[in-house]
Amino acid sequence: MSATVESIAAEDERLLPRSPLRRLISRPELGSVLGAIAVFLVFAVVADNFLRAGSLGTVLYAASTIGIMAVPVALLMIGGEFDLSAGVMVTSSALISSMISYEFTANVWVGVGVSLVATLAIGLFNGILLTRTGLPSFIITLGTFLMLTGLNLGFTKLISGTVATKSIADMDGFPAARALFASHLTIGSFAIQVTVLWWIGMVAVATWILLRTRAGNWIFAVGGGRDAARAVGVPVERTKIGLYLGVAFGAWISGQHLLFNYNVVQSGEGVGNELIYIAAAVIGGCLLTGGYGSAIGAAVGALIFGMTSKGIVFAQWDPNWFKFFLGAMLLAATLLNLWIRRRAEATR
Amino acid sequence: MTAPHEPHDPAADAGADHGPGPTPAPGTPPPTGDAAAAETAASGTPLLELAGVSKHYGNIRALEQVSLTVRGGAVTCVLGDNGAGKSTLIKIIAGLHRHDAGIFRVDGAETTLASPRQALELGIATVYQDLAMVPLMPVWRNFFLGSEPTVGRGPLRRLDVRLMRSTTRERLLRMGIDLRDVDQPIGTLSGGERQSVAIARAVHFGARVLVLDEPTAALGVKQAGVVLRRVAAARDEGLGVVLVTHNPHHAHLVGDHFVLLKRGAMAGDHAAGEITLDELTRQMAGGSELAELGHELRRAASPGPDSDE
Ligand SMILES: Nc1ncnc2c1ncn2[C@@H]1O[C@H](COP(=O)(O)OP(=O)(O)OP(=O)(O)O)[C@@H](O)[C@H]1O
Ligand SMILES: [Mg+2]
Repeated sequence: MSATVESIAAEDERLLPRSPLRRLISRPELGSVLGAIAVFLVFAVVADNFLRAGSLGTVLYAASTIGIMAVPVALLMIGGEFDLSAGVMVTSSALISSMISYEFTANVWVGVGVSLVATLAIGLFNGILLTRTGLPSFIITLGTFLMLTGLNLGFTKLISGTVATKSIADMDGFPAARALFASHLTIGSFAIQVTVLWWIGMVAVATWILLRTRAGNWIFAVGGGRDAARAVGVPVERTKIGLYLGVAFGAWISGQHLLFNYNVVQSGEGVGNELIYIAAAVIGGCLLTGGYGSAIGAAVGALIFGMTSKGIVFAQWDPNWFKFFLGAMLLAATLLNLWIRRRAEATR
Repeated sequence: MTAPHEPHDPAADAGADHGPGPTPAPGTPPPTGDAAAAETAASGTPLLELAGVSKHYGNIRALEQVSLTVRGGAVTCVLGDNGAGKSTLIKIIAGLHRHDAGIFRVDGAETTLASPRQALELGIATVYQDLAMVPLMPVWRNFFLGSEPTVGRGPLRRLDVRLMRSTTRERLLRMGIDLRDVDQPIGTLSGGERQSVAIARAVHFGARVLVLDEPTAALGVKQAGVVLRRVAAARDEGLGVVLVTHNPHHAHLVGDHFVLLKRGAMAGDHAAGEITLDELTRQMAGGSELAELGHELRRAASPGPDSDE
């Protein structure tokens, strides 16, 4: 018996090291990186101001506001689920924070803390409802999306009498909270928004979780084969609930940025952003059916959005074309990803 | 069929004989104590015992009053036609489904397993018929899915990737599978290779009881031989083995006990010495003169020919 094992082991020196090219081509984010380079080159040529440090800072800022949400949304998609309430959840989080601070004339950090708990509770609600009922996440989060949209408008009108909250700029703790969520650092002539740091931090943590922890293994597994994952002892429910909590955490950061950047919150904001987050994740190589994708890809998808939205302005094109470009890019990126994946599988 | 042993296998008898004696400690990773395993084997308490177990899916009676015993150092074979309830039985043992009636004992204590996790912690590892794999994930990630080894602590606690890769490669080599690349998505492997990965995984994690649902179904002659040798090796290490198969030849080679299922109910229960291969084949085929032909047809196109069921 052991002799057999040895002879098999000996003749298996055919194990070739994987070529770096094939390793590269099988990465999910490859398509989005190529797309980002193309978009960058286009605007570098057609928009004179695009390559200036100030412009790049603006682009990065636009990318970060989407990227902070696109990253946890991508993780959720890898885990096989959607969250249509992600866009309005950002607004809810900002509104809760603002109203608690204003109505109780409390330190803004009280509002920030209450908002964190409340936003995580919304994520928990989504996650528990999903795992308990077994209904598709599309339906459940469509429900929370509509409910939150209504609650945002209704409560704001009820409490402040208008569609926006009152300014909290003169309240205790505001400067410190602003420094954390909505300040910018200047490095030489380059001004960088703090949201960019949040964004990079989220990408780093998400990538670490996905590729190097047990939880990451479980995220891929629950998205790529739920029944198989359950059969080998993966805690499927806990993993999915954790992913919804991740989205809620991203919504909290985004929401606090919204609040401390503008001092007031418009209660109707956020509707439609959930689709932009999903689009960024898909451009970044996430499969709609789950089980495949990357956090870095989603971040690059957000970068493409940032470059396009600001590049159009720098190129002095009519901004009304923005959505058209986004849609075309989404389709192009998805087709590119599909083509690359087919090629990668064929070369195996 | 090239097989590792003769039909009347002296090794099987030897394996059954050393059951009551002091059992050698299993060579696989020991989670919940080999001492307990050795002790129960010595005192004659079966590792697993099902008595009159039933399982209903809604109004479908999948299993009715089935009894089965698994002892350390012995192979219990479960035989039966398609839809006889074999997989259902396996899923109860694996903790994936709960039984509706009857008694399920582990080490003599009545239990209802709440989850596959709990079964694994009791040292029961299963190869499912559908293999329980995630096609897009690399081989090494699938191998350790649900039981990933880690290094470091606190926020730096991370997968022990090096160990996971080398163990996967080494375990597969032992099964006779020379994989080009453990980073390959497991969905790109052939059916037989996937089956071998599933078996290697169960052998690696099955500390006390190894449950195999049709492990030789998709395998070539050589790999089927390797699997049967693995089954015999696990038995010789003192593990209890439950082997589900359609193939009476395979069953007869390694089995110490044969449980026949028919439409969810027990149709027979024989010790290895009591029944010949011909008789086993005849009983499986429902006593028909076409036993031999039926067997061949079933292997040629698995679900089709059993039109009488
Ligand atoms: N989840 C389920 N819901 C309803 N019925 C089921 C379910 N699983 C199995 N059954 C039914 O229970 C019966 C036994 O199924 P089981 O899978 O245990 O058969 P089997 O003996 O493993 O067959 P095979 O040899 O084809 O693998 C079948 O009639 C099947 O249709
Ligand atoms: Mg079956």
